[in-house]
Amino acid sequence: MTNAVEMQNVTVRFPGVLANDQVNLTLKQGEIHALLGENGAGKSTLMNVLAGLYKQSSGTLKVHGQPVSFNSPKDAIAQGIGMIHQHFMLVPTQTVTENILLGLDDPGFALNLPRYDQKVLDLQAQFGLHVDPAAKIWQLSVGEQQRVEILKVLYRGADILIMDEPTAVLAPQEIDELMNTMRSMVALGKSIIFISHKLHEVTAVADKVTVLRKGVVTAEGISAKGLTPAKLAQLMVGREVVFSVKKKAQEPGDVVLSVNDIHAENNKGVPALRGLSLDVRSGEILGIAGVTGNGQSELAEVITGLRSCTGRVIINDEEIANRPPIRAIESGVGHIPEDRSKVGTAPNLSITRNTIMKSYRHEPIGNGWTINFVKARQEARQLKDKYAILAPSVKTPARNLSGGNLQKVILAREISTRPKLLVAMQPTRGLDVGAIEAVQTLLLEQREAGAAILLISEELEELLSLSDRIAVISHGKIMGVMPVEEADVNKIGLMMVGSETVNN
Amino acid sequence: MDPIIILHAGLATGTVLLFATIGELITERAGILNLGLEGMMLIGAMAGFSTSLATNNPWLGLVVAMLAGGALSMAHGLVTIHFQADQVVSGLSLTFLGTGIAMVFGEGLTGQNPPTIPVIDIPGLASIPWVGPVFFENHSVLVYVGYLLIPAAWYFIHKTRPGMHLRAIGEKPEAADTMGVNVYRLRYFYVFVGGCLAGLAGATISLAVSPGWYSVQTTSGQGWIAIGLVIFAQWDPLRAAVGSYLFGALRRGILDLQGPPTLFGLTNPLYVNSNWGFFLQMTPYILTILALVLGARAAAKKRIGAPAALGVPYIRGERGL
Ligand SMILES: Nc1ncnc2c1ncn2[C@@H]1O[C@H](COP(=O)(O)OP(=O)(O)OP(=O)(O)O)[C@@H](O)[C@H]1O
Ligand SMILES: [Mg+2]
Repeated sequence: MTNAVEMQNVTVRFPGVLANDQVNLTLKQGEIHALLGENGAGKSTLMNVLAGLYKQSSGTLKVHGQPVSFNSPKDAIAQGIGMIHQHFMLVPTQTVTENILLGLDDPGFALNLPRYDQKVLDLQAQFGLHVDPAAKIWQLSVGEQQRVEILKVLYRGADILIMDEPTAVLAPQEIDELMNTMRSMVALGKSIIFISHKLHEVTAVADKVTVLRKGVVTAEGISAKGLTPAKLAQLMVGREVVFSVKKKAQEPGDVVLSVNDIHAENNKGVPALRGLSLDVRSGEILGIAGVTGNGQSELAEVITGLRSCTGRVIINDEEIANRPPIRAIESGVGHIPEDRSKVGTAPNLSITRNTIMKSYRHEPIGNGWTINFVKARQEARQLKDKYAILAPSVKTPARNLSGGNLQKVILAREISTRPKLLVAMQPTRGLDVGAIEAVQTLLLEQREAGAAILLISEELEELLSLSDRIAVISHGKIMGVMPVEEADVNKIGLMMVGSETVNN
Repeated sequence: MDPIIILHAGLATGTVLLFATIGELITERAGILNLGLEGMMLIGAMAGFSTSLATNNPWLGLVVAMLAGGALSMAHGLVTIHFQADQVVSGLSLTFLGTGIAMVFGEGLTGQNPPTIPVIDIPGLASIPWVGPVFFENHSVLVYVGYLLIPAAWYFIHKTRPGMHLRAIGEKPEAADTMGVNVYRLRYFYVFVGGCLAGLAGATISLAVSPGWYSVQTTSGQGWIAIGLVIFAQWDPLRAAVGSYLFGALRRGILDLQGPPTLFGLTNPLYVNSNWGFFLQMTPYILTILALVLGARAAAKKRIGAPAALGVPYIRGERGL
């Protein structure tokens, strides 16, 4: 078997960060090669070099044995390399088909979109990745957008695919489908580099594994046979990782959040919540299970004041539906949004400014008129240490942080305001095993401190290990609520498709 | 105050705004804000006028005007695309640079009479009652060119592959770049296109709509109105056309209002003191604000509005949104 890609001694530097240090990686033709590492280990950086987006400061690249030097992504595309980026590279105001056609020579001058919509539909059927080709990107859920990213590369017929956390936003069933797609692509002679933090996916699909730790290779192209998730975690983090955090038994307190018969529309103007009701008590985690796009995002937005609705949302006896978000914040709502880079943080602002985004209104950081930046930086430094946020300094802009560290910034900000209610949407998505452990521990600490927590997640295992009760959402309604002791995967799965109702 | 005359003259004046607005709109769609419109129009007006004077060929004048506007715009391109400097600062400087060059080289042009772009009727269409006399009779050829430019620009932006790339580089350049679209080159190109159309707008004044060279008074701030019009138009050529012609007619109507000593039996304050007219010249801007306020909700719902990356330099590999 020949080598599809050889990267030798690749080094990449950013101001204050050595992102890749003399990295070697060899991808054989027809193999699935997993690239693992903690958040910020340098995986995306290395792949961006291979995709022509970043330039290495030293080191060489070979594609199919030929030395290559990329000056732009176009050069990499010409070598048959296609990358599915971790952060969506989609034009929000354009349609799915337009995004797929970007940069191609066909169509000629006139676009004639309907014709290409049909081609996109054919491709979708072939790989089982469905999304309306005429929809604008901004109307799509995160999961659907990820599908568009995959379709973009498939449409170009690239034979070396880089998938930077493609499964992070997919539902379990979609992940299975994607893995089948990957296997069939490899059978057709394509080669794949696959990045994921979900180690069971790696053991299920990968042939070889390369592990990065803080920019350095700690395992180079070892065979995936016989590797267990525990062993992989050890290689990545350098210590043993607890895969299931311990939850203390405790009696829930009073009702903190009470949602009553709410209706709301999604961005497309279609009803997304249809008469949804639920309660969350202090010291309790209510897990919301369901397939993406069944109203989860809208529910979180209604509760945090970001979306208008009809019906009642009461937090500690105060009505907050259809009030400005500040009302929710002042009645003690913390929010860990689904989209951490656009909603959760201001990417161009420093870690300091991102962490004080809620506390700046009050002493000691602000007095309503001025902000005490000495105090703010102190506070930010403390949070950076406490939450182990990896960054050169608190002045680093949020956009330069890796996914896991960005999430920690949000958690630090939200938890430091001591919320009475915490709305957490996919809080561990895209995080490495160590960071997941840290985030889950933080959520449980908040539970013990008496916060009410609404945990919206697609990871059933996460819901089962953290929640006290589990509610299943489908088509904008709660299909049923059950104590976690009575919940199991089958029961939840059935309710997700709407065929069984269990009442509280 | 004959409405047909005002509308007729409004279309002619509006054609100047139309060229400038569509040019700026295309540049802004690519993500670059060029506030130097006034300077590029002046250069175009001067270059077109003096070329026609020197060669007796007004058509050659148009070509030179467009190249002059385009050449000046490349200074803005270099500063904002290559050196990634602030687009507002660069655009404002460009206004002064263009005005300066036009004034220096325009000396002695006042009072000259070079050949201008011919005025023609469109056979057949001109005889339609009401419509014919307003739209298709006794207009400069450039007015008819303007009619063609509107659907062409709309079609280009929304229905062609290069138009799709144009929209992409102004909305999310990194998405276009990772798909192999050359963001830098295309941005230069569309800054140039905008410059050419601004030059054409200038020459439309000096060689067609109000022939002559009156130094800075030649354009008298129409470049700034066009910048407002792009916003009024929400970056859409069809709305740009409506806005341009409407404002053209308004400009003309305002001039006409200053003529008669009495209006509806009362003394005309504009006749007594023409300086009141300066307030009327705000009208286009007030209308822009009104249109924006009234249209804001609909715009938010349909996600129309400024290109997301407008004014933001693109730097490959820079993390961001
Ligand atoms: N454009 C940039 N400018 C400055 N620093 C950067 C840039 N891109 C990445 N970094 C830094 O380089 C390091 C590696 O980041 P990278 O995104 O490659 O990590 P990763 O392994 O992909 O992490 P994750 O699993 O969270 O996606 C991080 O410390 C990050 O902050
Ligand atoms: Mg990454």
